[in-house]
Amino acid sequence: MRGAKSAKWVAGAIVVALAATACGGGDGDEGKSKGSGPAGYVSIDVGEPQKPLIPADTNESNGSYVIQALFTQLLDFDSKGEIVYTNAESVTTEDSKTWTVKLKKGWKFHNGEDVTSKSYIDAWNWYANIKNNQQNSFWFQDIKGYDDVHPEKGDPKAETMSGLKALDDHTFTIELKYTMPYFNYKLGYATWAPLPKVFYDDPKAFGQKPVGNGPYTFEKWDHKKLIQVKAWDEYQGPNKAKNKGVQFKAYTTLEAAYKDVVSGNLDMIRQVGPTDLPKYKQDLGDGAIEQPYAAIQTLTPAFYSKTFKDIDPKVLQGLSMAIDRETITKTVLNNTRTPAESFTPPGVKGNQDLDTDVFTYNPEKAKQLIEEGGGVPGNKFTVQYNTDGGHKEWVTAVCESIRKATGVDCVGDPKPDFATDLEARDNDQVKGMYRGGWVADYPVNANFMKELYHTTAEANNGRFSNKEIDKLMNEADQADSLEASVKAFQEVEKKLVEHMPAIPLWYYRINGGHGKNVDNVNVDFHGDLEVWAVTTK
Amino acid sequence: MGRYVARRLLQMIPVFIGSTLIIFCMMYALPGDPVRAMMGDQAYDPAVVASIKKDLGLDQPLLQQYVNYMTGLVQGDFGTQIASQRPISDVITDAFPVTIRLTIFAFTFVTLVGIGLGVVAGLRPDTLRDRGLLTLTLVLVSMPSFVLGFLLQYLLAFKWSVTTPTVTDSTDFGQLALPATVLASLSLAYVARLTRTSIAENLRSDYMRTAVAKGLPRRRVIGVHLMRNSLIPVVTFLGIEIGSLMTGAIVTEGIFNVRGIGIEIYEALTRREGATVVGIASLMVLIYLAASLIVDLLYAVLDPRIRYA
Repeated sequence: MRGAKSAKWVAGAIVVALAATACGGGDGDEGKSKGSGPAGYVSIDVGEPQKPLIPADTNESNGSYVIQALFTQLLDFDSKGEIVYTNAESVTTEDSKTWTVKLKKGWKFHNGEDVTSKSYIDAWNWYANIKNNQQNSFWFQDIKGYDDVHPEKGDPKAETMSGLKALDDHTFTIELKYTMPYFNYKLGYATWAPLPKVFYDDPKAFGQKPVGNGPYTFEKWDHKKLIQVKAWDEYQGPNKAKNKGVQFKAYTTLEAAYKDVVSGNLDMIRQVGPTDLPKYKQDLGDGAIEQPYAAIQTLTPAFYSKTFKDIDPKVLQGLSMAIDRETITKTVLNNTRTPAESFTPPGVKGNQDLDTDVFTYNPEKAKQLIEEGGGVPGNKFTVQYNTDGGHKEWVTAVCESIRKATGVDCVGDPKPDFATDLEARDNDQVKGMYRGGWVADYPVNANFMKELYHTTAEANNGRFSNKEIDKLMNEADQADSLEASVKAFQEVEKKLVEHMPAIPLWYYRINGGHGKNVDNVNVDFHGDLEVWAVTTK
Repeated sequence: MGRYVARRLLQMIPVFIGSTLIIFCMMYALPGDPVRAMMGDQAYDPAVVASIKKDLGLDQPLLQQYVNYMTGLVQGDFGTQIASQRPISDVITDAFPVTIRLTIFAFTFVTLVGIGLGVVAGLRPDTLRDRGLLTLTLVLVSMPSFVLGFLLQYLLAFKWSVTTPTVTDSTDFGQLALPATVLASLSLAYVARLTRTSIAENLRSDYMRTAVAKGLPRRRVIGVHLMRNSLIPVVTFLGIEIGSLMTGAIVTEGIFNVRGIGIEIYEALTRREGATVVGIASLMVLIYLAASLIVDLLYAVLDPRIRYA
């Protein structure tokens, strides 16, 4: 019995120890916030930002929601994609190469520091520096002197970009390497936000507890659960908060978030999950949101692959006409997309009616074009996609549509997750086509062409290369006004139809909603809900 | 006894090293580069990717990376997440208490209700209540946890509004009740069946007849003589079950929005956050090892014939 007795003690002690750790962890690691949090606050399902909250290190949507609440850059866009000046009084240029920025006076950071030219210039120099590993550093590549702070290899040769000069506290100039008539549109991206001096003392700590100049001040970040920001009374921009604060709540699934909206525990949901799409309009009534935004999905051929090497564009046109976009968007995709009619989505400057039937379903003509173009080699191709993003259904439907219309065999090439999918694209290992997607960085048509189909473009994973089109794009960049540049890119777009660097499928729509406790929920041009304008009832 | 425990504890070291190495190699073998994946669909700069990888030591050969990782681990440093740049120990301490609470809740439920039902049915084998239990457990075993999860969520939270549909505050045991029940249901069925069979079997054994013949009160016959002997297989099962309740909760955690270790490891896996996966997985290994040690020690409590020297 002796053995048994001491065993009892040991086991008992372990159980007690386990219980103690369990209780210890439980104390005060989250407040009792039932419902939608403090009075006057609104809540939205925004998950854990991938990275620390530094403007130039954030390019995914969770993080940018929070960044946009805490920081304000020079200008912003309205829902039509027109410029609205926020922190800048004006951004002007004479030659599209040197830009003069005038800041509004009296702006401050949340800690009371003035927002001056220096706040911007220092921040941009820090962002662009290769040593700081900022994900969006390439956004500063048009500025003169960028290559000194961000060489392709090795250490930076300078700490500052020579193109940035402060004239006084509230005026500074940006000199570019070349002319770029739509450069001011790029400034609307949250990456261009200024930083206060405290940032440079400890960037790491700042990323957990940022001090910005935006409509909200930072309150708390309870990792993977909640980020809370409070409306800032002294904010002077046009997007001053109309609620008392915002809670960004993390959910593990879209379904869980949706259930909380229906039951009133959450105010807004950005995207309704596929299972709830058929019924969300009845559930939410007036609260249902369905709006197009500036993003496009394409099938992009890998022009280095066996199948599509030196393919006749007629074949691609034919394949495009074999896709019944209308039916697929309505059925398989539950009206979450709008059939594409061009390479640029509506809401983007320069979106035009291309006056072509290449994007219209027409099985006979599709067959005929493919035959004229010499057919698809092997009469079969693959479409690569990632299985963790809900793409399987539409890829199957598109393939089915092509097979039925033309007899060309089309099969999916699933990759288990996004990381694997991207790796195959980067390493030129796509066997046929891949699922391409692009969300507007700035609402100008150049963004949907230069960044995707120029030979040197980083995101040109299909390795499309056409000297004539490169030349036209370079010329369009040198146009002397924005209007002229947009026009020139419209010409490029017409040419793209002849060469088919990708098959546009559809534009995105946001299918979100809000509960009964809030009102005035609007969508901006890249599909984000405008949190600052939301009011509580 | 003490020596036995010490020996078992020492044996854990090679098991721990081996399992971390295997998981580490597996993560390394997966296609997909975590730093590149972080950049997403849109344009990015390869120079930044290279620079981040260099800073994190991800450009070094596998073994070097493993040695670096283990050196850190021994000093209590779990490493840093690639994307969020948070210390992994923080990530684990955030998620772990949540999982432990959920597991303790589910485990208590399984133990009390499972053994209770098993005893009730086992004492009267082949009667109506025994058949009833068999049917109930059959339903529970055959129903996938997500079906049960959505069903209970729909009924309890939306139809009758007894509870909240998702967990907003994981310290509130009222909110945890539903996910814990769903999580427990499968093991509950197994525990009930195991107890029932074991009890029914032992009812017919010689020492039971002796105990009854001695004229011992019924409570003592069942509570001490019968239960103690019948619980050995159940305890074995429960010990292993602690581990699977903790790691197997991914589906349940997803449905009810519980931010536990299951979701954490799943997300880390899709993002190729190698160090996070290895960190959590090795913690799980430790828990399994500890649980099996406790089970072995419990044998001695239940059956005086078993002794450890």
